[in-house]
Amino acid sequence: MTEESVTKFEYKTYSGRKTAMLILGIAVCLINFVLNIIIGSSSASIPEILTAIVNPAGVSKLTATIAWTIRIPTSLMSILVGASLGLAGATMQTILNNPLASPYTLGISAGAGVGASIAMLTGLGGLAVIGGIAVPLSAFAFALLACLGIYFISRTKGFTSEIMVLTGIGMVFFFQAIQSFLQYIASSEALQAIVFWTFGSLTKADWTNIPILTVVFVVVFIAIYSQSWKLTALKLGDERAKVLGIDVERLRMMMFILMSLLTATAVAFVGSIGFIGIVGPHIARIVIGEDQRFYLPMSAVCGAAILSLASVATKIIVPGAVFPIGILTAIIGVPFFFALILRKRG
Amino acid sequence: MLEIKNLSFGYSKQKVFTDISFEARPGEITAVIGANGAGKSTLLKCVSGLEKASGDIYICGENRKHMPRIKQAEVISFLNQNTDCDAELNVYEVILLGRVQKLGFRVNDEDRAKVEEIMDLLSISQFADRKISELSGGQRQMVFIAQTLIKNPKILILDEPTSALDLNKQFNLMELMKKIVKKRNLTTLITLHHLDMAMKYADRIVVIGNGGLYACGTPEEVMTKRMFREIYKIDSEIYTDEKGDRHLIAYGPTPSKPEFLNASRPCMAPSVLVEEVG
Repeated sequence: MTEESVTKFEYKTYSGRKTAMLILGIAVCLINFVLNIIIGSSSASIPEILTAIVNPAGVSKLTATIAWTIRIPTSLMSILVGASLGLAGATMQTILNNPLASPYTLGISAGAGVGASIAMLTGLGGLAVIGGIAVPLSAFAFALLACLGIYFISRTKGFTSEIMVLTGIGMVFFFQAIQSFLQYIASSEALQAIVFWTFGSLTKADWTNIPILTVVFVVVFIAIYSQSWKLTALKLGDERAKVLGIDVERLRMMMFILMSLLTATAVAFVGSIGFIGIVGPHIARIVIGEDQRFYLPMSAVCGAAILSLASVATKIIVPGAVFPIGILTAIIGVPFFFALILRKRG
Repeated sequence: MLEIKNLSFGYSKQKVFTDISFEARPGEITAVIGANGAGKSTLLKCVSGLEKASGDIYICGENRKHMPRIKQAEVISFLNQNTDCDAELNVYEVILLGRVQKLGFRVNDEDRAKVEEIMDLLSISQFADRKISELSGGQRQMVFIAQTLIKNPKILILDEPTSALDLNKQFNLMELMKKIVKKRNLTTLITLHHLDMAMKYADRIVVIGNGGLYACGTPEEVMTKRMFREIYKIDSEIYTDEKGDRHLIAYGPTPSKPEFLNASRPCMAPSVLVEEVG
């Protein structure tokens, strides 16, 4: 206690560095976004694609269609889904005080998978009238069902992090068992569709689902972000947060509902993409700490950057084919993740 | 002023304590002592609102039951004896969170001035940029004490604030707390394991034992050979040095249980206990 400070800590400089990191992350997302648009298997050149974005009439109809119905929606979707999963994972890890919590590990993605599988098995997904929305709608409903299960069981024990994590793990096993059963009874065509859905893919991005996910993301982000100081205090533990005047149970419940809505919407459109919800917040935590004013947006930015980069990588590694992005995020992301953890701990 | 009236607490059928009443005054340190498991920490948690107990707690004349959560948080600061914290936050940020109810989106000049003032007061400025998880237990304890003080509470509740500190730092902290309590006119309730510390620094002492309040009064009134025998089951002497400070000399466990301990004992009036001093 008698040691002299070598250099005075400047909070303004410290916060400024975090803001700079956040801006850098956004810049990476923008670069990935552009790369995602200009890279593809079609013969359209980069200048043609760029022209198609600013002046669709100035290029061939095919090039304009490629740019506006495939490349831009897919690129936007990778940013939106990545940001949603990153934000949802960060919120979940904070309220549950568990770095392993994510929409994937708590069974929400598994619930969505069961919903999608039921739609495909019952043939709803193939119907012309509702074919486009039956699978995501059913996935959304079942993802919310998983969340409701966690919500109501946890409510009986006062929304403690332990009961929420345990219930979530129970949900994973429950929905995985149902998924296995559905796959067991499915026809080979339905089985193929189900398995592909569970891999996760951005190919279903279009101008109907992008506005929906954008609105949900913006609303949920604002609602969660408005509680960022309270969420930061929650990181000190329930007891300390309560003494600081925070209604811990209510905060946890509200955040869980918002996070559930965001996750259910994201996975409904693209299927199960694991890993982003864990690794995005983890990288954010390493580079920016857990002041949630920076950590929450940084987690969204990291999630968006990883998924959009993975989308670019799938186009380069397997040109011309629809390669499930969920596989790539895990295969490339996990070693990168280990390297980060070892560098941090070492 | 903190007034506690008929406070009782238990877990399902297991009672921890019943009918505890005492008061703690502004500008004074009121120490709560008692044997392990007597309910000292539980009592502090009940007073701070972390546990629900029956009875009434008046804070500056207002019943806590009728105070909104935010107001309670403004008035009462509580330090937990557990210093564990694995958050990726630095010391500056942790202390800043003591003002969580007043913080705007941006940390303003006033917030920064408050953090820097309290860090200087507790001589922890050199840790400002260190991660809380990287500090020793004692250092973390100082950080959390700073967090409790930053919001200028009226009631300060500290559960074993010296437990993770070495002996030198225990004395330094208690000297400092004594000054802060006087200067800010804080009503302070504190549990201390080190009974010599309680005798030296407390203005009043509350003894918890036998499922309720055993005694309350000044250190001279309460810290008696009889109390140590009945509550801690030790034989002791109270030694007064040339400066007039009183010290405990503990000889060891009481050889045999005296007959009178078999009867349940209600709160003993300080006047009864004081006869045995010295």
